[in-house]
Amino acid sequence: MTDLGIRRIEGRAITVRGNDIDTDRIIPARFLKALTFSELGEYPFYDERFDSEGREREHPFNRESARGAKILFVNANFGCGSSREHAPQCLKRWGIDAVVGISYGEIFAGNCEMIGVPAARAEAQALAKLQEAAEADASAEFCVDLERMEVRGGNLRVPIELPENRRRALLDGHWDSTGQLVANAEQVRNVYERLPYTRGYQEA
Amino acid sequence: MASGTLYNKIWDSHVVERLPTGQYQLFIGLHLTHEVTTPQAYDMLAERGLRVAWPERTVATVDHIIPTDDLARPYVDEQAELMMQALEKNTRSFGVRFLDFASGRQGIVHVIGPELGMVHPGMTVACGDSHTATHGAFGTLAFGIGTSQVRDVLASQCLSLDPLRVRRIEMNGALAPGVEPKDVILHIIRRLGVKGGIGYAYEYAGSVIEGMSMEARMTVCNMSIEGGARAGYVNPDETTFAYLEGREHAPVGEAWDAALTHWRSFASDADASYDDVVEMRGEDIEPMVTWGIHPGQSVGVHEPLPDPEAFDEAERPTVERAYAHMGFRPGQKMTEVPIDVCFIGSCTNSRISDLRTAAELARGRRVAEGVKAIVVPGSQAVKKQAEEEGLDRVFSEAGFEWRHAGCSMCLGMNTDKLVGDQVCASTSNRNFIGRQGSPRGRTLLMSPSMAAAAALEGRVSDARTLA
Ligand code: SF4
Repeated sequence: MTDLGIRRIEGRAITVRGNDIDTDRIIPARFLKALTFSELGEYPFYDERFDSEGREREHPFNRESARGAKILFVNANFGCGSSREHAPQCLKRWGIDAVVGISYGEIFAGNCEMIGVPAARAEAQALAKLQEAAEADASAEFCVDLERMEVRGGNLRVPIELPENRRRALLDGHWDSTGQLVANAEQVRNVYERLPYTRGYQEA
Repeated sequence: MASGTLYNKIWDSHVVERLPTGQYQLFIGLHLTHEVTTPQAYDMLAERGLRVAWPERTVATVDHIIPTDDLARPYVDEQAELMMQALEKNTRSFGVRFLDFASGRQGIVHVIGPELGMVHPGMTVACGDSHTATHGAFGTLAFGIGTSQVRDVLASQCLSLDPLRVRRIEMNGALAPGVEPKDVILHIIRRLGVKGGIGYAYEYAGSVIEGMSMEARMTVCNMSIEGGARAGYVNPDETTFAYLEGREHAPVGEAWDAALTHWRSFASDADASYDDVVEMRGEDIEPMVTWGIHPGQSVGVHEPLPDPEAFDEAERPTVERAYAHMGFRPGQKMTEVPIDVCFIGSCTNSRISDLRTAAELARGRRVAEGVKAIVVPGSQAVKKQAEEEGLDRVFSEAGFEWRHAGCSMCLGMNTDKLVGDQVCASTSNRNFIGRQGSPRGRTLLMSPSMAAAAALEGRVSDARTLA
């Protein structure tokens, strides 16, 4: 199972500032009709990034450096509001593999965990330093380390928190129920072969 | 902890492993799927490079979005067309059998699984749909699941689950004439509450249940979820076996004999122990109608609507909201309520027995002026059977519209919808605000004969006075 675990997320970071950013802002409701989650990667903050005519506005996700960034620095109560799993899905599909903020909407944090994205908490002042550092140098590399529970970048080293069971689930790869279920394929076959109906009730 | 019940026996024989999360990995014998809750699941599978682990144990159909009047492709509703295309593509590329319209086997997922003989006693069944408990009528453990769990079943043929408690609901005595299976389950939900079943599987038992046909048992099990229960079942017996014999996917010959022995062994033991036992009497049940905004808010057809003061403080806000939405008042009788629409259909009541009951009342009568009444068979097979019996003509001559199979007006995902604040006498299972496609629409849940009677009289009526 360990090969599915998540220990460190390394890469460039995007800073989105502001408290109480709700999931409607992260992904507007009209994108919920999508048949699949896979195309959602184009839509984070869509209505803030584009005006009604589709022209680009100034937004951290529109900067050149945002493409390929893996980490998102936010403020307090990020992801409050509607429970849509589409919100973490669209961030993940953009390429965000870890979020670091002061606090989160509870369901948003749970949804993040379901898809293997740590939503880590950091203390407000330390977080402000991370946000400044990422804004000052768009090419700066950061590392969210779930073993040492810290974010490193430049000369910064900021402690982070995650509920311990969530941290373990990420480290051990247990956040992914599919992964666990698939890993037991051999035991599944044993049960399958034991059940009379799978062989049409013929003697084994 | 219950022991010796059908629930325990199926659970024990299907557990694969205890997972690191503390949940159990359970093997799923039959995975039923439809167009609404699968596209994201297939997509996630493709993304991970996973295949469907046991494609022969999954079957797909189309029911929620399919139009029931004009089936010409592309569908009038663009979103429906896209969902249909996604299902066609996914089932093709993952090797899953798709019972589409051309197969002649299409229908509501909970109608076709049983009628094709796919659901056998002692199985585990899962479907990305909350009314999967329907299949418990065959003595199975059947779970409604979410999209990420559909992905799990596709990828591994398993679910990770917490064990349930078991409540035996023993319905003894006999039903009065004119009282239908729908009335039985509405009565149970009213008694135990819409949250009463949380954490439980319901075992329906007693002479009333034992005396029921398979279709009747399906109606009862279907609405287990409306009572909060995750699953509901009836122990398999001769009625179950007689229903299965000769169906397309039922075993034959020696395999049939072996299957019978196996199936019998799954019934709850006479000395099984339960987490809870509730006893009720069939004689206490009247034809039921819901008056509110959840399936527990129901009354007997002649009973005055309840006083909000009679409810617990916790319940009262919902009761008040129900009165405000429905425009009814305490003390009023439901037989005073005029209706605009009658919907006979849904996975609760769209089987041949339901249509026969409704047709019996409709024969030689006329739908009241100003009422729109539609009859939507649960499957192509039900439709065909009904037409062979001439029921379609009985309905048409009485002024009911005769439609193609699908979920139709059970939920606002296709072109059959309520308009404005219309009142609908409906044989479906949910009367939530907006459920039938209009935010102001008003749904009254009832049995097929009660719905037919409402259509004929133009208001809620006691079907027994028409019979
Ligand atoms: S008929 Fe209604 S309840 Fe049944 S599967 Fe269709 S939408 Fe769901």
